[in-house]
Amino acid sequence: MTAREFINHMLVLPEAIVLFGACVLMLVDLQVKTERRIGSYRMALGVLAAAAAATLFMLFVNGSTKQYLFHGLFVADALSHLLKLVCYASVAAALIYSRQYLLDRDLLRGEFITLLLFSLVGMMIMISASSFITIYLGLELMSLCLYALVALNRDSALSIEAAMKYFVLGALSSGLLLYGMSMVYGATGTLNIMEVARVTAQLAGAASDRTFLVFGLVFVVAGLAFKIGVAPFHMWIPDVYHGAPTAVTLVIGSAPKVAAFAMAVRMLVNGLPDLAQDWQEMLAILALASMAIGNITAIAQSNLKRMLAYSTIAHMGFMLLGLLSGVIGGNRLSMDDAYTAALFYVIVYVIMSVGAFGMLLFLSRAGFECENLEDLKGLSKTSPWFAFVMLILMFSLAGIPPTAGFYAKLAVLSAAVTAGYVWLAVAAVVLSLVGAFYYLRIVKLMYFDEPSDSPRAGAVAPAHPELQMRVLLSANGLVLLLFGIAPSMLMNVCFEVIKAL
Amino acid sequence: MASAPLLSLAIWVPIVAGLLVLAIGKNEGGQGNAHVRWIALGGALLGFLVTIPLYTRFDLQSSGFQFTEKEIWIERFNVFYHLGVDGISVLFVLLNSFITILVVIAGWSVIEKRVSQYYAAFLIMSGMLNGVFSALDALLFYVFFEATLIPMFIIIGVWGGPNRVYAAVKFFLYTLLGSLLMLVSMLYLYNKAGGSFAIADWHKLPLPLDAQLLLFFGFLFAFAVKVPMWPVHTWLPDAHTEAPTGGSVVLAAILLKLGAYGFVRFTLPILPDASRELAWMMIALSLIAIAYIGLVTLVQTDMKRLIAYSSVSHMGFCTLGFFLFNAYGVEGALVQMISHGFVSAALFLCIGVMYDRMHSRAIADYGGVVNTMPRFAALMMLFAMANAGLPATSGFVGEFMVIMGAMKQSFWLAFVAASTLIFGAAYTLWMYKRVIFGEVANKHVGELHDLNWREMLVLTALAVATLFMGIYPVAFTEVMHASVNDLLRHAALPKL
Repeated sequence: MTAREFINHMLVLPEAIVLFGACVLMLVDLQVKTERRIGSYRMALGVLAAAAAATLFMLFVNGSTKQYLFHGLFVADALSHLLKLVCYASVAAALIYSRQYLLDRDLLRGEFITLLLFSLVGMMIMISASSFITIYLGLELMSLCLYALVALNRDSALSIEAAMKYFVLGALSSGLLLYGMSMVYGATGTLNIMEVARVTAQLAGAASDRTFLVFGLVFVVAGLAFKIGVAPFHMWIPDVYHGAPTAVTLVIGSAPKVAAFAMAVRMLVNGLPDLAQDWQEMLAILALASMAIGNITAIAQSNLKRMLAYSTIAHMGFMLLGLLSGVIGGNRLSMDDAYTAALFYVIVYVIMSVGAFGMLLFLSRAGFECENLEDLKGLSKTSPWFAFVMLILMFSLAGIPPTAGFYAKLAVLSAAVTAGYVWLAVAAVVLSLVGAFYYLRIVKLMYFDEPSDSPRAGAVAPAHPELQMRVLLSANGLVLLLFGIAPSMLMNVCFEVIKAL
Repeated sequence: MASAPLLSLAIWVPIVAGLLVLAIGKNEGGQGNAHVRWIALGGALLGFLVTIPLYTRFDLQSSGFQFTEKEIWIERFNVFYHLGVDGISVLFVLLNSFITILVVIAGWSVIEKRVSQYYAAFLIMSGMLNGVFSALDALLFYVFFEATLIPMFIIIGVWGGPNRVYAAVKFFLYTLLGSLLMLVSMLYLYNKAGGSFAIADWHKLPLPLDAQLLLFFGFLFAFAVKVPMWPVHTWLPDAHTEAPTGGSVVLAAILLKLGAYGFVRFTLPILPDASRELAWMMIALSLIAIAYIGLVTLVQTDMKRLIAYSSVSHMGFCTLGFFLFNAYGVEGALVQMISHGFVSAALFLCIGVMYDRMHSRAIADYGGVVNTMPRFAALMMLFAMANAGLPATSGFVGEFMVIMGAMKQSFWLAFVAASTLIFGAAYTLWMYKRVIFGEVANKHVGELHDLNWREMLVLTALAVATLFMGIYPVAFTEVMHASVNDLLRHAALPKL
């Protein structure tokens, strides 16, 4: 191996670190006898920090240049660096938030940490994939780890059921995706994304091949929709979010969304830009259906986790608004703006989602799950500061300024209006009004209601979790306020990243 | 001092004071609350002081924006932190800062639970409202416009009456629906203007009539809900009735003005053709508000509800004035807005004074209050008269000017508009008579004690303002002239 080749292979350093770290952790954890697993926990955080350092190093060395590796199976560009950083952060947050929760439930086993790191490797591979086959490999690695994580609490029937559902539907969606990929391969003769883009550009005129390609595209989009969790492919989301231990719900609801977004960008935007007209129409229907079903059904939920699950569906619909507004009648001028909006949305959503589930973990403790709406009653009395943090999270989810959620909505709506989807934008705002209702209800419970006297009540007064959790949770909320007052930084970063795509 | 960023100070001084209050006032009901009140008062006073130069140094000849500040805020969307006031908006900044002081004083001994949060909510909202009136960038306007919902929602929901949750949620959702449609309209304009959120750019933007009509309705939803115009006024009586006194005061005095202000800042100059095209509709809705709501007001049995409905009726005058397209109408409407800010605030405070003592808002529970509270009765008499539009009070000036403007268009228009002078007198004075005059109705009324010095201070300040505006309205109208004329010139030009 020449020096040059070695340097090139440095591009997979972050993946290598996490993978190696996960393997070592698996072995080391066997020796850990204590309940608290401080060693494993710290080591996992260390691995994440090292990976983040490596990614930042790449970012500084390579900047926004795009580099391929392994004969075009792997790509390292600004987008992959940024999304990986988001993934590290959300996985680290998941570790910190869930520690006390899992300890209380005797679930803090080595498996949790190891599987989490392996699923992270899967996500990183998806993010850096530059071939349909790499995407699929990454996806399966991530999904298989997540299936197992959902079943982490093996004594809970609800968890097992959720894991089963997740597994069966996940396998189905993988099948759909694979079928679509094989069609694309049949039409273009290649699985490499750049090659697919080149061949489809040439094929665009030939009607017969195009039909074949669009047929494949339908399956690709359907598989993608399953993974992102947009209606009508959303059925697994509420059950899995509800059934999984909250710590795992946090994991599922955050970093995998980033990976799924990357997958959509790689396959649709990079791979099939010449079919944009076709997939944009499909996404428009998916987006509308998700926003409607997500927001309207969320109102009827009394379980917080289910409510947040439906809210996720609605939010992913919103995110699609950005993705589907890139190409206007063959004109790709506003592409950067539209995809920047979607990217910004995903990042902000992940921050909100991590925060919201983190709050549920924070309020839960031994023998008590904070998962019903009533459990938040009177929180502003018992814990004013964290009620305020939750208030920010809820208003951000509802998209009310001055919170980051507003600018995320603004960006995607602006993209949709620019692309001429004014009707879709109007539908989106009307549905987000519907959505505002259930977020407001939480604020109402926290601020307007008295703490309840039921046996479950003391519930609301949080036990005293570790300092790092309090600090991180506060920071999580405040970041949304910070991006709400000064959204420019993050938006610029997103734009630079998309421009380099 | 010449170049001090006065508008930024007007926005951020109250907000910082609010955050400070929030930060230090942790211990509920303890000694900390005394500090909290004084800091809140200090913040409110300072906030008002920094707005005074806006008036004294205002250039009466200029129709442009003064005291402007401009910084890039969000590069990706070409959004600027762009502030400035003209003759139309400057008075509202002053009014808002003035009312904030009164609200802080009025809540002094009344609010006992979560004191720091209460004051923080009001101060932060006050800063945001100043932001709405001084924003020259549409997105900045929108951010402030919508951000005010959060503190008001909390104020109604936490410190409100028995039905507060319903009222708070209704208030929030109603207003949010309107503003979201406005957001889409703004994005459309942003797009048409080649990526600019500057309101001044939009003023120059040519737009075909069908686009103008659609945008008109987009903005109309937002502003009509805020004003509120008939038939989207139904949130107002609920919100007013359930809100604590301070909340009602700010709601009536300032928040309602946002809608009317939106018409002048956005609808008229940006969509002049659609505005002229649909003026008949706006005038019709305004007249319904004036006459029909006037009648509805007459039959109210709850004092707060009565004043809330009377607000709808009075705000009908503002929308009527704007869509008459003459200087009398527009200036009259602006004067009416400010006058209503004083008078409705005062009346809600008066009801608050009684409510604090009797814990009832029902007219039937009162009677003969004058026997036990003579000073209060005298002050309330003045405000009742102002609400009815008696000459020499501020209420007369605006209504008279709008009726003059209406007369220029048609006699019957003026005739229906003038009916308010009858209805207004009827419902206000009848309520006054039932509550204040007569024999002492029950032993609770007999035990009432007159105003304390704080209440006296607040009501006297408003009484002086009401009388001053009624006797010397030029102090207010001279500020508006240049900008209103410019606005009318602008609204007269077709921009198809």
